[in-house]
Amino acid sequence: MSLQLREVRLKLPAFAVEIDSTFDRAIVGIFGPSGAGKTTLLELISGLRRPDAGRILLDDGTLFDASTAVNVRPRLRRIGYVPQDLALFPHLNVRANLIYGQRPAGENGLFTLEHAATVMEIERLLDRDVTTLSGGEQQRVAFARAILSAPRLLLLDEPMSSLDSRLKQRLVPFLLRIRDEFHIPLIYVTHDSRELSSLCDEVLLLHQGKIVGRGSPVELLGAET
Amino acid sequence: MTTEAWQVVFFTLETSALSTLLILPFGIAIAWLLARRDWPGKAVLETLVMLPLFVPPVATGLVLLMLFGRHGALGRILQDSFGIDVVFTWRAVVIAGAVMSFPLLVRSAQTAFQEVNRRFEDIARTLGSNERRVFRTISFPLAGRGIVAGAVLAFARAMGEFGATAIVAGMIPRRTMTISLAIYQNIQLGHDRAALPLLVVSIVFVFIAVFFGQMISRGSRR
Repeated sequence: MSLQLREVRLKLPAFAVEIDSTFDRAIVGIFGPSGAGKTTLLELISGLRRPDAGRILLDDGTLFDASTAVNVRPRLRRIGYVPQDLALFPHLNVRANLIYGQRPAGENGLFTLEHAATVMEIERLLDRDVTTLSGGEQQRVAFARAILSAPRLLLLDEPMSSLDSRLKQRLVPFLLRIRDEFHIPLIYVTHDSRELSSLCDEVLLLHQGKIVGRGSPVELLGAET
Repeated sequence: MTTEAWQVVFFTLETSALSTLLILPFGIAIAWLLARRDWPGKAVLETLVMLPLFVPPVATGLVLLMLFGRHGALGRILQDSFGIDVVFTWRAVVIAGAVMSFPLLVRSAQTAFQEVNRRFEDIARTLGSNERRVFRTISFPLAGRGIVAGAVLAFARAMGEFGATAIVAGMIPRRTMTISLAIYQNIQLGHDRAALPLLVVSIVFVFIAVFFGQMISRGSRR
């Protein structure tokens, strides 16, 4: 995977998001304080927000180009997005949530409901109402739903922020399975440096909409992690 | 109650139901637009939709009379193309009820759409849904209770409609006579006692409709 943001700019009330960077590692962490523009960055990549200027390219395709007025719609980008509040559809049960965006499983059958449910260990939850699930169960259902849409890239916006540290540690292997089992690259946003050290190959520091540091978790956050 | 009075009651229930059915698709579409889209002049549409709540009902009736009369813009088209008369028929009762109850449906449905978390719609898009599917599978079901509540309130409003109906449909026995019109006519003729059963029936039906409308609406906000 190679995601390129070329001179991407979006004016916000407090500051401007300005990114010129390439994301090409399997799990990239975006680290920064609240209000640094992390969620906005993910919305720009997923197409839920339109930049004022710049280009966004994924592998060989252009997702957005202000100069040629190209703006691929979110539904056609094949970029999965798990937001902070997970946004599981409350009127659908777990199974209906999972198949909502499901694409054909492919020749290897990788993206079948059964396989995703097994890997995320939610097989027994399929007929449950999503509002009755525990926090950890909801996270895994949200991951599985995103996986089943067979995304080229998965964006995770502080998906574990509402969990205690013990539950977070239990969920880390599930995130690694997304990379290892489904070969989906991840961009993982958090303001918790401990999550980054156990997950990410590379970390970008975001401050007021700009990348102010880049390196491995140990290089960048060594003292904190 | 006399057979004629019961006929008035059933006629009112039928025309009120038809009024509500008539405005549902337009009301839902406009409510969604107002809740989810921005464009220059949006406030003008919002104000236009609310006008029937504040303009004197007889004035609205006069507008409808001018529009649907034989020489009116819409009346002429309906007469020439389909041979349909509107004014002083049951159709006028339905249209008057529809126009007068339209703001209640739109306001209720607009609030319901606004209360749907936009994140659900955004995530549905990232999961491959086009706008039509987002509406059909996410926005509409999640706003459903609010829309039903609005429809029930609109039905109740149509049942009680008087001013516009009197102008555009007249008070023709067995043709356009609704509960409100019949009560008024009985009072005018000095038959106050004859109006009482209709008054009771009217209050009971409207109470039930408004009560359930409020219950459904309250449930949708939980």
